[in-house]
Amino acid sequence: MDELNALFGGFAVALSAYHILLMVIGITLGVVIGVLPGLGGANGVAILLPLTFTMPPTSAIILLTSIYWGALFGGAITSILFNIPGEPWSVATTFDGHPMAQNGKADEALVGAFTASFVGAIFAVCLITFLAPVVAKFALKFGPAEFFAVQFLTFASFIGMGRGSPFKTIASMCLGFALASVGLDGVTGTLRMTFGQDELLNGFKFLVAVIGLFGIGEILCSMEDGLKFNGAAAKLRMDAVIRTWKQLPAMSMTFLRSCIVGCWMGITPGGATPASFMGYGIAKRLSKRGDNFGKGELEGVVAPETAAHAAGTSALLPMLTLGIPGSPTAAVLLGGLLIWGLQPGPLLFVEQKDFVWGLIASMYLGNVVGLVMVLTCVPFFAAILRVPFSIIAPAIVFVCAIGAFTVNNAMFDVWMMLVFGVLGYLFNKLRYPLPPLVLALVLGDQAESSFRQAMLVSQGNVGVFWSNWLCGGIMTLGLLMAFWPALQALRTKLSSNDAVARAA
Amino acid sequence: MIRTGASKARTIAIALAASACLTAPALAQQKWEPSKPVTLVIPAGTGGGADQMARFIQGVVQKHSLMKQPLIVINKAGGAGAEGFLEMKASANDPHKITITLSNVFTTPLGTGSPFNWKDMKPVAMLALDQFILWTNSEKPYKTTKDYVEAVKAGEDRQFKMGGTGSKQEDQIVTAAVEQQTGGKKFTYVPYAGGGQVAVQLVGNHVDSTVNNPIEAVGQWRAGQLRPLCIFDAQRSTYTAKVTEKEAWSDIPTCKESGLPVEYQMLRGIFTTKNAKPEQVAFYVDLLKKVMATPDWKEFMEKGAFNQTFMTGPDFEKWLTTAEALHSDLMKKAGFLATQ
Amino acid sequence: MSSNEEAEERPLVSHRTLDIAVAIFFLIVAAIVMTDSLRLGISWKPNEGPQPGLFPFYIVMAMGIASLINLAHALPDTAEGEKVATTVPGLKRMAAIFVPAVVFVLATNYIGIYVSAAIYIGAFMVFFGKFAVWKALAVSLGIAIVNFMMFEVWFLVPLPKGPLETALGY
Repeated sequence: MDELNALFGGFAVALSAYHILLMVIGITLGVVIGVLPGLGGANGVAILLPLTFTMPPTSAIILLTSIYWGALFGGAITSILFNIPGEPWSVATTFDGHPMAQNGKADEALVGAFTASFVGAIFAVCLITFLAPVVAKFALKFGPAEFFAVQFLTFASFIGMGRGSPFKTIASMCLGFALASVGLDGVTGTLRMTFGQDELLNGFKFLVAVIGLFGIGEILCSMEDGLKFNGAAAKLRMDAVIRTWKQLPAMSMTFLRSCIVGCWMGITPGGATPASFMGYGIAKRLSKRGDNFGKGELEGVVAPETAAHAAGTSALLPMLTLGIPGSPTAAVLLGGLLIWGLQPGPLLFVEQKDFVWGLIASMYLGNVVGLVMVLTCVPFFAAILRVPFSIIAPAIVFVCAIGAFTVNNAMFDVWMMLVFGVLGYLFNKLRYPLPPLVLALVLGDQAESSFRQAMLVSQGNVGVFWSNWLCGGIMTLGLLMAFWPALQALRTKLSSNDAVARAA
Repeated sequence: MIRTGASKARTIAIALAASACLTAPALAQQKWEPSKPVTLVIPAGTGGGADQMARFIQGVVQKHSLMKQPLIVINKAGGAGAEGFLEMKASANDPHKITITLSNVFTTPLGTGSPFNWKDMKPVAMLALDQFILWTNSEKPYKTTKDYVEAVKAGEDRQFKMGGTGSKQEDQIVTAAVEQQTGGKKFTYVPYAGGGQVAVQLVGNHVDSTVNNPIEAVGQWRAGQLRPLCIFDAQRSTYTAKVTEKEAWSDIPTCKESGLPVEYQMLRGIFTTKNAKPEQVAFYVDLLKKVMATPDWKEFMEKGAFNQTFMTGPDFEKWLTTAEALHSDLMKKAGFLATQ
Repeated sequence: MSSNEEAEERPLVSHRTLDIAVAIFFLIVAAIVMTDSLRLGISWKPNEGPQPGLFPFYIVMAMGIASLINLAHALPDTAEGEKVATTVPGLKRMAAIFVPAVVFVLATNYIGIYVSAAIYIGAFMVFFGKFAVWKALAVSLGIAIVNFMMFEVWFLVPLPKGPLETALGY
């Protein structure tokens, strides 16, 4: 029970008026940062980091982590309202969140997303509180082969989800991989597909593609259909919170699965974005209402949001105990720790007890404060949809342009965003699924690097992926997931054959 | 720095300026100050060594209000930093841009064929040199450099795995230099995305050794998970304060004295754009001197066991020329030069 | 926009044509990537595993094959394929936001993102939304200024700026 005592000590540190005020400020800023695609959580924290040098480390990290929570909450807002993922990990939230908004249920989608975020984060904080040393040791087991196995599992859990033509799915996913390979190859240090163009050095960044494909593409579709976002005139009712919460207990298994997936991905460190995709994929596979996913199912919002937040939060654990950041934002926080004179690593929990437990306590408090704040603002967020379309549309293009620009500080990316916008529109029209493209774009590069690192280590022997129980287990699970649709089809076929045989 | 418009303050300012002129007559030329925010371009991703140092400088400048205009930090990491350097090259006439370099100022154009050279920028100052240390996992039986080199020599070719950051960059160059001393036995070099990850991969025994910078692996060293074998510098480190219970940075032998004659350090330098005027360069030199005089900076240097060599002007340019030739030579020997 | 019932009927592009065009686009991308992959090498080296071009090569090969099949599906003249994908007024409405967006991005290079965004939003409101000019001015300037304050002043994120900002000292 040492942890509990230490935690209460931490609460004593975090529960001062000054710190609560910092949390409120941080979360407000974070929500703003999360809403604007131009300011990612990592950006926001990096920009504000220097301001915190004059504060005591505990206060500073409370402010910065609050920004982080706020950004995690805020990313969902634009995904649901406008189909623009403010953060990479909100992409999966658009799949069902935006259709819900189109059906006039924007408020329910928002409440569902925020609540899911909260549950995911709290689950991960509990894990950090009680299992930090064990979990840190587990993360050490991950070498290149294990990383590849996890990435493979993410893909596998997502394959075969589309309803459309399988060939269009393949084409879409492969395009994602091809785009991901542009730029510097991390394993050999050679430039690929750049054709001597300086603009291409950086490759196609995920956020640029996503802003174009989803945000601009959606604007084009809305314009074609007439001057409105469908279902924009949602009725605003103040009981949205209660209405939504009543539906949530039925999804407890989805919550649990997404929490586990999220924590796993945050620690290993796979990151929040793959976690959200995997959470969505698994929920769709296993939920009773899985067939309705993509048409505006609350469960389809809850699953990725829970996973993303569990991952985003547990990503702080490897940062604190190992010094490896599980997310870009964690990477910036890591820099901050060093500057405050704290050395992240195995000894942090021993030497800087006050700091660590103050931080952990602030994670609980920050999320509670954050949830209360964003829930009270739901009617306000949903009301944004009532702004006339002829104001919203160009304003969205403007904000998207800022978002695309800030990824690499390059105008080239803004042009690419427009190109991706047209592509997004065409794909939508012709039923090429977008999620496989996006997933391949975000994970393709990492998966390829891990695979090739593993090949270097094993001297080109593919058997390395089954060389130990951990890696082999994940790979086998991945294969099962990949062939699940085929297996299922086979089973139905067999059983029907059986029935026919018996009837005969 | 003096913000009040009162005449008293102005007199003090004049007095200060006068005394500055007296003590440093060489600086009597026209003073220049940035008229808009200064952008610090980081040719590397967030969270890395260069990024940490840049953001630290930004913080110190802000904390002690060393500059009237704000200092803005942006990352341009594309193409192993080529993107950031090309931006500096393209804005040759904008003195409000500075950049912080790592070894990629030499390795990226050589390794990828990107069209730039450090001469496309104006050198301001060398802030410090970052060290490289040969690390192994402390569970392994290699107590000294000699043990490890013997083991590599006795093993099969490519049996030993060296982890490092990036490909054809400093870590792999050091590895290639070490390989020349291992009796023809090569390492399998495994490139990772960041230094922190490399250290953890070593703790997890996924690689056999690394050449991490001190700051990347110090946490694991203090926790007894990693063992430093030797430092790739001509002299031992000058930091004598205990880092672990028993050892200080100065207790790590140099590689040369341990029978592995390899030396390599990484430049942490500041450059501005090519057409910057002398008074503009002087402003930045002055600013950096103020940064380096703060206690925060001294603490930062010690934490990362940096080699505190400060150089400006012709000294620095001479150093750069030598270092460029050295990199070109090392990379040619290792076969890392771009083929185009 | 006066939605003209007659014009609503006028089809522009059928699904079939669009499908063929997109499949060809995929094939072109596949050809480009394959060319560069061959330059990078696509063999499996002993001790090292795949060369840099191996993955892109086989992936776009899969993409090319899938696109050929898509093309084959799209080519026959079916009733499904003849369905109208885009109508003339639909395209016009899309152009109403997209063409100004292109102009906006182009103008950003010269007059900065804030000024061009203010003009873009204002013009769109007046010509498309039929707002009164003063309302359009207030909203567009408001959005531009709020963003300017947020990015340039508070968060210190430099965005493209033009002569106006330079004149103001940024």
